[in-house]
Amino acid sequence: MIDRDEVLHVARLARLALSEEEIEPMARELSAVADWVAKIGELDLDGVPPTSHVVEVTGRLRADEPRPCLPREIALAQAPDATDEGFLVPSPQA
Amino acid sequence: MSAELLALSAAQAAERVAAGEVSRDELFALYRERAAADRAAAEEGLNCFTWVADAGDGAAAGGPLNGVPLAVKDLFCTKGVPSQSGSKILEGYLPPYTATAVQRLAGAGAPLLAKTNQDEFAMGSSNENSAFGPVRNPWDRGRVPGGSSGGSAAAVAAGLAPWALGTDTGGSIRQPAALCGIVGMKPTYGSVSRYGMIAFASSLDQAGPLTRDVRDAALLLSQMAGQDPCDATSLALPQPVALPSAERLDGVRIGVPAELTGEGIEAGVLEAFRAALDEAVSLGAELEEIELPHAPHALSAYYVLAPAEASSNLARYDGVRYGLRACEPRDLLDMYTRTRHDGFGAEVKRRVMLGTYALSSGYYEAYYGRAQRVRTKIAEDFAAAFERVALIATPTAPSVAFALGSKTGDPLAMYLNDYCTVPMSLAGVPAISIPCGLSDGLPVGLQLAGPAFSENALLDAAYALEQALAFDGSGARV
Repeated sequence: MIDRDEVLHVARLARLALSEEEIEPMARELSAVADWVAKIGELDLDGVPPTSHVVEVTGRLRADEPRPCLPREIALAQAPDATDEGFLVPSPQA
Repeated sequence: MSAELLALSAAQAAERVAAGEVSRDELFALYRERAAADRAAAEEGLNCFTWVADAGDGAAAGGPLNGVPLAVKDLFCTKGVPSQSGSKILEGYLPPYTATAVQRLAGAGAPLLAKTNQDEFAMGSSNENSAFGPVRNPWDRGRVPGGSSGGSAAAVAAGLAPWALGTDTGGSIRQPAALCGIVGMKPTYGSVSRYGMIAFASSLDQAGPLTRDVRDAALLLSQMAGQDPCDATSLALPQPVALPSAERLDGVRIGVPAELTGEGIEAGVLEAFRAALDEAVSLGAELEEIELPHAPHALSAYYVLAPAEASSNLARYDGVRYGLRACEPRDLLDMYTRTRHDGFGAEVKRRVMLGTYALSSGYYEAYYGRAQRVRTKIAEDFAAAFERVALIATPTAPSVAFALGSKTGDPLAMYLNDYCTVPMSLAGVPAISIPCGLSDGLPVGLQLAGPAFSENALLDAAYALEQALAFDGSGARV
């Protein structure tokens, strides 16, 4: 069972603000899904290696040659707030 | 003339253009007008599109795709054209580059017709989780088109686009194709570059075609597949994708897994599925009952792995570099948390929370670690099955298209839509859905899966069956 405190803890980790009305339904829905996915706990998986990627592709490196990248003004053009030199954000501590 | 043009498959239209019987401009104008009318009607129409092009420029002249216009799922980045992955958090975002798959298709002669509506960040099975509102199923406007590539599927079924690009993470091409009565294919993981696809779950995301028929799917896939230096997980298929031509299935062994063809599947769906298998037998195929013992656990594993990857991928939406930023933030943390609160929809929040929970200290091994081990068992099940059979057949989705709003209040009921498609995604193998009949007047999809890199065999078998089944998709045309 995922309770209110746990929801708020996970929301902090996810950098996600939740309104008061969102907390209780989130706790209920997450609990239901977590209980359901916990069914994989019934399987005997001792000694089974994990799979993070199904198709084995290893060591494919491109030549280390300098190439042009996105010009700064284009990279900054989509930002909600920017100066000529970088992204503009509020201070970490107001 | 336009009714005749609309009746053509995309490959047929390309042939007409090549023969000089139809001009590219005429073909583009025809589809542009239809797409623009649906866009203008918004939710009074099917709501398939998030953006429609004014002109069909930007594609190579000639080429194998010869000017046949392409609808592209919103989540593919298209330079200077809105690309929001169905999310409010990317409102106003105009990518500075184009996704490799779209670029390749333009290079092969397909101009961009429109961007299609989808579930937000491809999370959903009904296309109801979109900042642009739900898409409607052209067979019955009170029903969902499936998801997450619902706009692409509905547009092709309704004849508003000749063909479309979608993406499939756990069934997001195959399930909407099934519910809309068209063909949808998820190729082998890695065979199409993910560069420029707005990421959901990177170890599963794969681009593929949604088309009126199997030949169109082969043609589109043949022009977008291939290794890409911009995607280190992409790979070249061992053989180029060929246009299918098989008429028979003599000696083809098709496995029918008990786990995915019984409990939980609607009776009408099973009936159409069994009839399609009978057709396969009459074409010379041999059926064999097989087991995929871990398939019933695939969905649970998937709903750990995909949200976990999503919670990490979606960390980039923080109000700094693009898209939405919350008004008047107090400080940096307040900006992050409120931007994400305001920009993400309910299902995306749920999955970000679920993924963060599964990866958090104390739960990592119980959820993520175990799910990765289940994934190994599922891949082993498929490998063992393909020792005995060439292809595996299942229904694509457990039900026909369901009523709008009927599952939005129950995440678990919604997730069950992916029951038959997720196992193939976890195993990374290619799978195609073709329409195989109607149940209560709504289309049923047949899914065929093959071993990794068996695209040509899969397309051939699907083509032979398609000819024999002769499904009539005209009930969806608008």
